[in-house]
Amino acid sequence: MLTEKKIKELELKANHIRQSIIEALLPAKSGHSAGPLGMADIFTYFYFHALKHDPKNPDWADRDRVVLSNGHICPVLYASMAHAGYFPVEELKTLRKLGSRLQGHPHREWLPGIETSSGPLGSGVSQAAGMALADKMDHGQTATRRIYAFLSDGELQEGNSWEGIMFAGKYKLHNLLAIVDYNNIQIEGYVDDVMPLEPLADKWRSFNWHVLEVDGHDLRAIDEAVEHAHTIFEKPTVILAHTIPGKGVSFMERNYKWHGMPPNAEQAAQALDELKKAEELIKSAQ
Amino acid sequence: MINPKLKLNPKIWNDDVEQAPIRKGFGTGLLAAGEADKSIVGICADLTESTQMHLFAEKFPERFVQVGVAEQDLVTVASGMAAMGKMPFTSSYAMFSPGRNWEQIRTTIAYNDQPVVIVGSHAGISVGPDGGTHQALEDIALMRVLPRMIVLAPCDSVEAKKATMALAKLKKPAYLRLAREKSPIITTEETPFEIGKAQIFHETDGIAHVGVIACGALVHNAMKAAHKLEKEGVRVKVMNMATIKPLDTAAVIALAKECGAIVTVEEHQIAGGLGGAIAECLAGSIPTPIEFVGVHDEYGQSGAPLELIEHYHMGVSHITDAIKKVLDRKG
Ligand SMILES: Cc1ncc(C[n+]2csc(CCOP(=O)(O)OP(=O)(O)O)c2C)c(N)n1
Ligand SMILES: [Mg+2]
Repeated sequence: MLTEKKIKELELKANHIRQSIIEALLPAKSGHSAGPLGMADIFTYFYFHALKHDPKNPDWADRDRVVLSNGHICPVLYASMAHAGYFPVEELKTLRKLGSRLQGHPHREWLPGIETSSGPLGSGVSQAAGMALADKMDHGQTATRRIYAFLSDGELQEGNSWEGIMFAGKYKLHNLLAIVDYNNIQIEGYVDDVMPLEPLADKWRSFNWHVLEVDGHDLRAIDEAVEHAHTIFEKPTVILAHTIPGKGVSFMERNYKWHGMPPNAEQAAQALDELKKAEELIKSAQ
Repeated sequence: MINPKLKLNPKIWNDDVEQAPIRKGFGTGLLAAGEADKSIVGICADLTESTQMHLFAEKFPERFVQVGVAEQDLVTVASGMAAMGKMPFTSSYAMFSPGRNWEQIRTTIAYNDQPVVIVGSHAGISVGPDGGTHQALEDIALMRVLPRMIVLAPCDSVEAKKATMALAKLKKPAYLRLAREKSPIITTEETPFEIGKAQIFHETDGIAHVGVIACGALVHNAMKAAHKLEKEGVRVKVMNMATIKPLDTAAVIALAKECGAIVTVEEHQIAGGLGGAIAECLAGSIPTPIEFVGVHDEYGQSGAPLELIEHYHMGVSHITDAIKKVLDRKG
């Protein structure tokens, strides 16, 4: 269980990561804002609490594996990795530039700590399931490395997603935990309108997964869900994380137009202003 | 000099030449075709505006179908609708359609001979900052290898509009390659267009020394290279190859016979693309030295579009270099 102190620490970290996302997107002049901001709390929780990893030794064999399937939200992955010590925070400003390790979509070969390249949607669950199955082949129920698959709601419209979900159910991959960014937006509008997923929990359940739902900004609830998932030995678990796209920047929140747009200078200044005020509030509450 | 018979854009050499994204021509073309033919339906996978299908979707909502992020569904639903008498245009990014759903296209559209047009936008390195995962450099090869598939790669948005309208009338399995970035307008409304017909955009005074065959937005760079060398006394013909399949073999062979040296230019892998098609044609008829301008067996990366064109050696200077090299080989 997370202590009050740890929660405050994580909240502050998530705030810094949100600021870094804005600071990276501004000079990039292209890229995605809504998804990354919405997933900042969850990525903070993993990179600064749950994940077994060593930023100074990204190839450490016993590390947990992170598969980011919806590669376009990489600004939150890069910012989390930078703050965790994988590379200098300053480097975030090279996002999407020629020669940068921080490619527009994650590149496994170029940046240590990236387990797989992504961007084309819908192939994350299967890759994570492959990793989980390989580990179970060698270690059975005692496999201790966790395989975390981060997915988006939009990409659950891809057939490949459901092939992977069916597969993981068949092999009872207890070491696999999927986290879905259920923010109800995609490029052209609300997921509900473009191609509805509901009843989503029932779909996963009928594919033999254990299903949990949380508020994706409630660190305590996220922690409880992840801890609970560790106790499930007979199936893979999915956490449907309800998040607010653009979370923390008032004019971006819940607006699908911000799916694939970066802030301009004025918008970035306003976003950073809001985030700095939020930072003060977190600090003063300590 | 510019071929006067084709009524090309007279401002082609100017720095302020009009620019528009090639995909835009598809959008306006589909709208016009949809007005004329009620059997046309538009099907998209969460990229309606990016691929410019929104113009059609807004005008004809009852003939627009949204499949979500599902490219395999996109083309197989299209095949089914075609089987019932519709003329479907499907659109996505080239990386995902035909990149992801190739076998579905092969069996349910090409093998089945269903009239579906697969529109692949954001093809090539000029996609820019999204990076290597989104830069389709293999799509011409993927589609060209399919028996029956027609493959078009228009050079500007005006030609893309004509290509779209021609495909709407043709009603055959076809692939239409589009680019994201704006690029110079080379042709005009008056420029003739016919599927399967190559055109000499840059003419020479007397027999040409080298023939350049190009497709897509890089036709403009090829024209500039020819223009530059003309001043140095090197006579270069530039052929716009908007139809990569079926290839206008008569035109290619005639150009090779005249010049005895060919350069191909495309925003695509050298393997399997336009250059490959030209090499296959000439090797079987009149073997001719060829230099290939394009991407040499590597993936792209993030960067600004023009910066990437230079970085991956598809700029004007790289084309002039290739022309000089092939001239040397010709001896
Ligand atoms: C296979 C594939 N098809 C299409 C795309 C283009 N695309 C990028 S993001 C996106 C929307 C996906 O929705 P979601 O991941 O839920 O977006 P978010 O919540 O981050 O706004 C689409 C269609 C892609 N990257 N991959
Ligand atoms: Mg979403």
